[in-house]
Amino acid sequence: MALREPAESHPSASPRGWTRNLRRVAVFTLARLAALFVTVLIGVYLAIVTANMGGKVDELREVQIRSGVAEAVRGDPGFQDLPAEQRNALIEQRVQIQRERLRLDQPFIVRSFGYLYQAMRLNLGRAEHMHSDRGSRQVSAIILERLPATLGLFGTASLILFFSSVAAALVLSRRYGSRLDRMVVGLAPTSAAPGWFYGMFLILVFAFLIPAFPSGGMVEAPPPEGFAYVRSLLHHMVLPLAAMFLSGIFISIYSWRTFFLIHSSEDYVEMARAKGLSSRMIERRYVLRPTLPPIVTSFALMLIGMWGGSILLEQVFNWPGLGTLMFRAIGQRDTPVIIASVVIFAYLLAATMFILDILYALLDPRVKLTGGRR
Amino acid sequence: MRRLAGAFRQLRRYPSAVAGLTIVSGLLVLNIITVIAIPYPRALELWRGGEPWEMHPAYARPSWVNAFRRVNLPRTRIVSSRDAEVRSETLPSGRRMVIPLAFDYTDGAFPSEINLFLNARFETREPFLQLTWHTPDGRTVPLGGRTAARTDRVSISQDRALAGRLGLEPHEGLLARPGAPDDPEVLPGRYELRVEALLFEAEADLEATLVIYGQVHGWAGTDHQRRDLGVALLWGGPVAMAFGLLAAVGTTLTTLFIGAAGVWFGGWIDALIQRVTEVNMILPALPIMIMIGTLYSQSIWVMLAVIVVLGIFSAGIKMYRAMLLPIREAPYIEAARAYGAGNLRIILRYMIPRILPVLIPGFVSLIPSFVFLEASLAVLGLGDPVLPTWGKILHDAQSQSALYHGHYYWVVQPAALLMLTGLGFAMLGFALDRVFNPRLRDL
Repeated sequence: MALREPAESHPSASPRGWTRNLRRVAVFTLARLAALFVTVLIGVYLAIVTANMGGKVDELREVQIRSGVAEAVRGDPGFQDLPAEQRNALIEQRVQIQRERLRLDQPFIVRSFGYLYQAMRLNLGRAEHMHSDRGSRQVSAIILERLPATLGLFGTASLILFFSSVAAALVLSRRYGSRLDRMVVGLAPTSAAPGWFYGMFLILVFAFLIPAFPSGGMVEAPPPEGFAYVRSLLHHMVLPLAAMFLSGIFISIYSWRTFFLIHSSEDYVEMARAKGLSSRMIERRYVLRPTLPPIVTSFALMLIGMWGGSILLEQVFNWPGLGTLMFRAIGQRDTPVIIASVVIFAYLLAATMFILDILYALLDPRVKLTGGRR
Repeated sequence: MRRLAGAFRQLRRYPSAVAGLTIVSGLLVLNIITVIAIPYPRALELWRGGEPWEMHPAYARPSWVNAFRRVNLPRTRIVSSRDAEVRSETLPSGRRMVIPLAFDYTDGAFPSEINLFLNARFETREPFLQLTWHTPDGRTVPLGGRTAARTDRVSISQDRALAGRLGLEPHEGLLARPGAPDDPEVLPGRYELRVEALLFEAEADLEATLVIYGQVHGWAGTDHQRRDLGVALLWGGPVAMAFGLLAAVGTTLTTLFIGAAGVWFGGWIDALIQRVTEVNMILPALPIMIMIGTLYSQSIWVMLAVIVVLGIFSAGIKMYRAMLLPIREAPYIEAARAYGAGNLRIILRYMIPRILPVLIPGFVSLIPSFVFLEASLAVLGLGDPVLPTWGKILHDAQSQSALYHGHYYWVVQPAALLMLTGLGFAMLGFALDRVFNPRLRDL
């Protein structure tokens, strides 16, 4: 984000400064929205080209159409008496109709932009092979069925991770050098392993050696009703949440703690301490407040990383979310579903980035829209 | 160079750095030994499975589990007719052979399977064999008669009729103490499988090998295809390390070059690089890689290339840019310009070397993330089709529900090695970070 730069003068707290602040945020928001939109556009277009194998999938589809039509015409007793030439002409004609219906007669490049337009409008079309649990072929129905599972799991995980690591880091930065502190520093490298990796161990220990939690899935089968449903859901969420927590917690605590330590040796903190302010006050006003923007940034980056890792974690825990859906769609070569999942992923990422930018602009008074000029 | 040596001296002050360095160099030595001991083509051939492994048990645990058990699990016994006292008598129309395949069985647990492998040499008429099983307490169990093809396998464990007669799986019933079918127990002693063969040609010959498959094998155990996991555990190391290193080098160097070029040229080039980076940062990288893996190619080189391409415009560019901007204005760059150094020369010889040492910690910390990325793809079933890797073992284990069936070794061993590799590099990276970032040094 090259849009941030220290300003020469801080806007004062006067009423005029406040409206200027608001306008500044509005302009900034619009600019970021435009940039993110372009980003999503490019990402989705890339996905469309990749998922169609640069148009190769269409050739396959055409072969499929031809053989299907030929089968139907040859198998139809009504056409048995036709001479071979006429029958072939009929096949040709029907193939042509199908091609035009699917717009396969246009070059791939032209169609790819059509797909892009549809995808960006979230007009996701119909799946080729897959269907939702309710039996719908609409891609949007399939995705909407899966989205809450993913959002619920990863939203909960990141919130827990974020708040517990910041709180723990504050405590540790106060007790820096203690045994607990040294332990966390020593454990930080364990975060090199991703969540699914810890997930496997957790399943091994807590689902098989000590069968305390289910090894996968989201609720019991058949799903219970009412309060029992919530309990079953929470019970199934424990292990995936623990896996994500384990893989992220030590590195987060470590980096926050280091960050807080660096900031609590700044002159203005020393000054506040000299004034005799309480340590709680110092923490909140002089350490936490100025470090909030970078904290929020790294929280968002963590979220983005989690979206990416969700495919594997969901796969390991058999969690019926977007990641599992996408993986299955790729396995079944269901192009509309693949593209739709990438579109949703891209929108989710963009939304995360957007919220981050807004928060950043609100939290950091120095953010200005000056571009990369220096 | 002197700076690096100094850094190395400082590193020794950190126990985690020493531990990390020990792990990494230990793995490196192991990798080198592996590559020399099992050459690449040999490893691929072994991992393809099939014939080399037919005398290995399937789903065997590693031998070291016996150290933690009261009752030892049996190893595989192979009894060959070459070591047996074969009696042979000539008949008018050929030969009659009696091959006693005897072995002592003293283990507390039953074998996992029993097979008889036959190698017959004949012109036209197949030899006929009669098999009988003799137990230490003097019972005789007839296993039936059959003809032998040139290379033949008698799957005694698969004999359903025999299982029906014994009331137990054949590999248990044949070795069990009689009278307790509910709680079978091994009857220790000397067993014998007697092969009586009628050969109908004077030149004909027969070789028989009895394999009593154990429940443990080697130091690593075996998988569902009877392959020794040791091959893949050993070869997973070089693959993982090479992949991690190449990916880290590839992404770091390209990113660094692009970042430096952006800073040096400035203007629209810089702006373009910044925008592309922002786009790239929110591209869903793993989904794209999964798509490429499923639809195009699963070759490890293609994956490496995709990682490097997707990693060129990574978030690191922002960091490098911040570090390089002040360097651009440094007097020594001006001096270089004054003597007529070209753009490329200034970027490569003056700007990049200046920040290289600062990048080492980040570079080392990148390696484990790529090692795990490769494993992730393999676990999803997108691993290189021919290479034996840790991720592929995990994938096989998962698709065979190893945890559900209690084959814990199958998951634990590759996972432990992955963790060791990741941890080694990560510990080193963290320590290096403290050495090269003076602000962190005392924290």
